[in-house]
Amino acid sequence: MAGSTFATGRRTLARLLAPLLCLALAGCASTPLRGTGDLGVVIERASGSVQIVDNSHAQSLARVQGLGDLSHASVVFSRDARYAYVFGRDGAISKVDLLAARLVKRVEQASNSIGGAISSDGRVIAAQNYSPGGVKLFDADNLQLLSSVSTAAFGGGESKVVGLADMPGNRFAFALYDSGEIWLLDASTPSAPKVQRFEHIGKQPYDGLASSDGRYFIAGLYGEDGLALFDSWHADAGVRRILAGYGRGRQALPVYKMPHLRGWSIAGDYAFLPAIGQHEVLVADNRSWAQVATVPVLGQPVFVMAEPGGRRVWVNFAFPDNDKVQVIDVPTRQVIKTLQPGRAILHMEFTPRGDAVWLSSRDDNKLLVIDTATLTVRRTLPALEPSGIFFSSRASRMGM
Amino acid sequence: MDSGPVRRGLWLLVLLAASFCQQAAAAPPAEPRAGELLQLLHKDCGACHGLSLKGGLGSPLTPQALAGKPADSLVATILNGRPGTPMPPWRPFLSEEEAQWLVQLLQQGGAR
Ligand code: HEC
Repeated sequence: MAGSTFATGRRTLARLLAPLLCLALAGCASTPLRGTGDLGVVIERASGSVQIVDNSHAQSLARVQGLGDLSHASVVFSRDARYAYVFGRDGAISKVDLLAARLVKRVEQASNSIGGAISSDGRVIAAQNYSPGGVKLFDADNLQLLSSVSTAAFGGGESKVVGLADMPGNRFAFALYDSGEIWLLDASTPSAPKVQRFEHIGKQPYDGLASSDGRYFIAGLYGEDGLALFDSWHADAGVRRILAGYGRGRQALPVYKMPHLRGWSIAGDYAFLPAIGQHEVLVADNRSWAQVATVPVLGQPVFVMAEPGGRRVWVNFAFPDNDKVQVIDVPTRQVIKTLQPGRAILHMEFTPRGDAVWLSSRDDNKLLVIDTATLTVRRTLPALEPSGIFFSSRASRMGM
Repeated sequence: MDSGPVRRGLWLLVLLAASFCQQAAAAPPAEPRAGELLQLLHKDCGACHGLSLKGGLGSPLTPQALAGKPADSLVATILNGRPGTPMPPWRPFLSEEEAQWLVQLLQQGGAR
């Protein structure tokens, strides 16, 4: 690049300098070229930093600092898997270069945020906010604000946005906790997005997920037994209730941490979802969405995540059972293993093809790399109060 | 670096100072329990109320947000939860005195 500016001016000088420049550049680029396909980001919640990790060699490569309050932070990746966008609880979006291990840009966009998503064309970042409630759209390159969608715009007070997920066609789906709605946002013209609202979808939706084919959006409900399903192929049919009444009048148990729905919870013909207020994983047929089974587990499930191959489903738990992880065998729908890997296991992330799963143990300040074939610990790595672990393979997946 | 011990030390100072200013102040629990409770507050309450307690799905627990609210009813909310909302009952994990101490800490801004 520098060479071309020289060339436009004094040619002789440029000719002399060019080989020197090449030498200098080669000297700087002493790190060999590498891809980003096996890189990932680990959130260090209290110290406002992220680690960049390599999941082929199970090692940490670098730490990037200065990202602010990262409790409950989540991450999406640019389409080329070069950049991670980190959504902090303090409402900031940080764009991190995985190869240069550098914070490229940070914008404070709300006072209290919970996460975000990237559009199907990779150009728009959407951030979902609690306070002020709403969704903001940003240019993925430079994080310039493109537009804001207020969830107070239609009256009834401002509502917290939960479960924001990308859908095909540069659309985003999300739910509103306070007003019990699902909104479908068409961001194909990101400066003037269009909203389609679905009201009365159920009480207190607390999170949502999009299926990995981008067809369905499901919101979990805190206020009633059941989940709300939106089928984007049949948007006019509206939102319907699935797994209604799974608690069946049983006393609801206290929930010390809200479950997270986002993840790979569809395994083969079934969807595995956390019950709320019952120590169970719900199993639904992923065509009819009828409940086919429940799998009793040891506590309130938080993440229910299928291995990429779908053969097993891993579950972690809310306080006070957050030191344990259970593994469910999909064909038999039985818990086949209970692990006690460390204190406060907050997150689980599979390597792209599922040979290993990484767990974060916040209170033991470590990451564990577990072999999914043997269910034994391959390696532990130090980390500062780690929470979320996000691998760049998410860049090419919908709903992640 | 873990700022835990330093932070904990600061809380205790704030608490001590606060307990001089206020009548009928809840006595701080003995260590290591006090430290455990602060961890609980920021980590486990923080899961809903935000790591810095500025709010999340749960309402903010800052002194401003709690100003003018009767301590008794906040203590009752912590111990019994608030039915119909995600606020769970913490009685299995906290004594009455510990909940009082947490409310005092929250209302006086000792918790960051
Ligand atoms: C699972 C989520 C969750 C957890 C964990 C949680 N809370 Fe709450 N809390 C809430 C919600 C939601 C509300 C608001 C209830 C309402 O809408 O009235 C609340 C309300 C409160 C209030 C009343 C605030 C007010 O202005 O009236 C206090 C005090 C409180 N929580 C303290 C705590 C403490 C202390 C802990 C930890 C020991 C904790 N909470 C853990 C969800 C939670």
